[in-house]
Amino acid sequence: MNWGSLENFLAMGGYGLYVWGSYGVTLLCIAVELWALARRSRRAQPEQRA
Amino acid sequence: MKATTLEAHADGRGNALLRFAAPQAFFPLAGKMIPWFAALAVVFAVGGLYVSFFVAPTDFQQGESYRVIFIHVPAAWMSMFLYVVMAAWAAFGLILNTRLSGMMASAIAPTGALFTFIALWTGALWGKPTWGTWWVWDARLTSELILLFLYLGFIALTTAIDDPRRAERAGAVLAIVGVINVPIIYFSVKWWNTLHQGASVSLTKAPSMAATMLAGMFLMALAAWMYSFAAALWRVRSIILERERDALWVRERGGGA
Repeated sequence: MNWGSLENFLAMGGYGLYVWGSYGVTLLCIAVELWALARRSRRAQPEQRA
Repeated sequence: MKATTLEAHADGRGNALLRFAAPQAFFPLAGKMIPWFAALAVVFAVGGLYVSFFVAPTDFQQGESYRVIFIHVPAAWMSMFLYVVMAAWAAFGLILNTRLSGMMASAIAPTGALFTFIALWTGALWGKPTWGTWWVWDARLTSELILLFLYLGFIALTTAIDDPRRAERAGAVLAIVGVINVPIIYFSVKWWNTLHQGASVSLTKAPSMAATMLAGMFLMALAAWMYSFAAALWRVRSIILERERDALWVRERGGGA
């Protein structure tokens, strides 16, 4: 599958909004979940007493 | 003194596995597994995305819009699969009264809800160019939406009740009752034959898809699966620390007395 140029790839045959809207939101969801997991993990750690 | 067969059996392999039913024993094991699942998820995702965009050809009918399939289908599969796994853990927790089972169910729920939302979102974005609408009260779409509400209901219910054990029992009942919805989603396209197309990939007959498209979808499904393991195990470690906060082994982890 040869896209020819970056513009073609981003245009995605005219369906760019739909395809990148799907992939973008999915990436955002994964990023938000990973951030939430990291935050929860930090908060769950027992207090580090000196 | 030679251990009697009962003792021998007790110390045998079976027991070694059961040792991990204790949160304290499972905690480090989960910790060791997370990096492997995370690495596998990345490898499958990179491979899957490469195949999805640079190997799979343009669809003769849908042009490029069909490429949403490489997220939509794996997310939908995971949304159903994770619900069944969650309900299974919840049932174990209810029947065996094992603490870790309930924790696993609570650890899976958010990731399952996330995949359900992704399946609905990507479905809408794929439906707009191909069906001409973001949403329609189709049997498949409606039952998937109900799945999202079941996930959110489970999360809300288990966080609303203060006592974790009671919360898990209540959540388990909801999860188990909700399991009936998963086969409904799967067979909805056959039973009601509304807008959503039937299964291109099924266990009974050969897939009606180009090989490279299939490969891209399976790689992304494997990536989603590995990601779910990593996310659920990471979350269950936090849950274990939260629940066992005052246990000695947790306080010691913090260098506490």
